[in-house]
Amino acid sequence: MSAREFLTRGLLAGLLAGIVAFGVAYVAGEPPVNAAIALEETAGGAGHSHDAGTPGHTHDEAEVPRSLQSTLGLLTGTVVAGVTLGGLVGVLSALAMGRFGSVSPRATTTAVAAAGFIVLYVLPFLAYPPNPPAVGSSETIGVRTAAYFTLLAVSVLAAVVAVLVGRHLRTRLDGWHATLVGAATYLVLAGGAVALFPRFNEVPAHYPATVLYDFRLASFATQLALWAVLGLVLAELVHRLATRTATLDADRVAV
Amino acid sequence: MSDLSTTTTRAAVAIPTLSAKAVLPWLLFAGLLMLVAMYFISAEQGAISLLSGTGVHEWVHDGRHLLGFPCH
Ligand SMILES: [Zn+2]
Repeated sequence: MSAREFLTRGLLAGLLAGIVAFGVAYVAGEPPVNAAIALEETAGGAGHSHDAGTPGHTHDEAEVPRSLQSTLGLLTGTVVAGVTLGGLVGVLSALAMGRFGSVSPRATTTAVAAAGFIVLYVLPFLAYPPNPPAVGSSETIGVRTAAYFTLLAVSVLAAVVAVLVGRHLRTRLDGWHATLVGAATYLVLAGGAVALFPRFNEVPAHYPATVLYDFRLASFATQLALWAVLGLVLAELVHRLATRTATLDADRVAV
Repeated sequence: MSDLSTTTTRAAVAIPTLSAKAVLPWLLFAGLLMLVAMYFISAEQGAISLLSGTGVHEWVHDGRHLLGFPCH
């Protein structure tokens, strides 16, 4: 068993996850995206400067037609995210394996993927919920992007601190309570950051709430599908890897 | 015979641990791969542009929105 074997399994599980996430994004996400673009066109750009500030960004005169953006383009996004996040989750699972008491390889892998979903998606979502096209001012895209990625970095750092605290406490508390204190550490640090970070409310007045809600729900479902498939498929692959390795070791011992 | 199967079962449940030293280079590799790839999906030709034009932004546009990144 090597880290490389975890990486390749992570990449493979991520590929599957990316394809499933595309399916969810296409079915649940494209209707609100199209509704948002239709709204943007009827509004003529008034009230928000989505196209005004970024020449060449108009959705109707795009270099890449909408028919490709919503299919192959969307697939590219979810698959690249799935594969590369999968590789990282694979290697992190290799690192986590056996370091948190008697947690099985399957449970360890699933826990790493669940943590990834919360740390990399759910937490930034709390401060900066995803927006459909035409929501958001082009004057603030720089500062909004910077705030988003800074919060993401804080979330990752908080998770690292939480894991170190939890691991350290395992020498003094039992596994359950050490995990609870670790989780509480993450919640306080990352939740504090969410409370302190600036908010940007750039939803145009009279914007249909259903479009916004459907879009955000679809985004959540897309990421949930990505991480769930990644975690569960990788858990299965890691389980087989660990079982095979253990059987080989046992055979070696038996011989 | 029963001794052998017991050993195998117990060994199969045992949790293997890899040394941090062996995992770290792979962690670095996977982390960098993820960061570079996710940069192009999430931010290129949005807030930051390494490449000129809008082709990359438009190609990954729907994914960028639906994966939750700020797009405009
Ligand atoms: Zn957009």
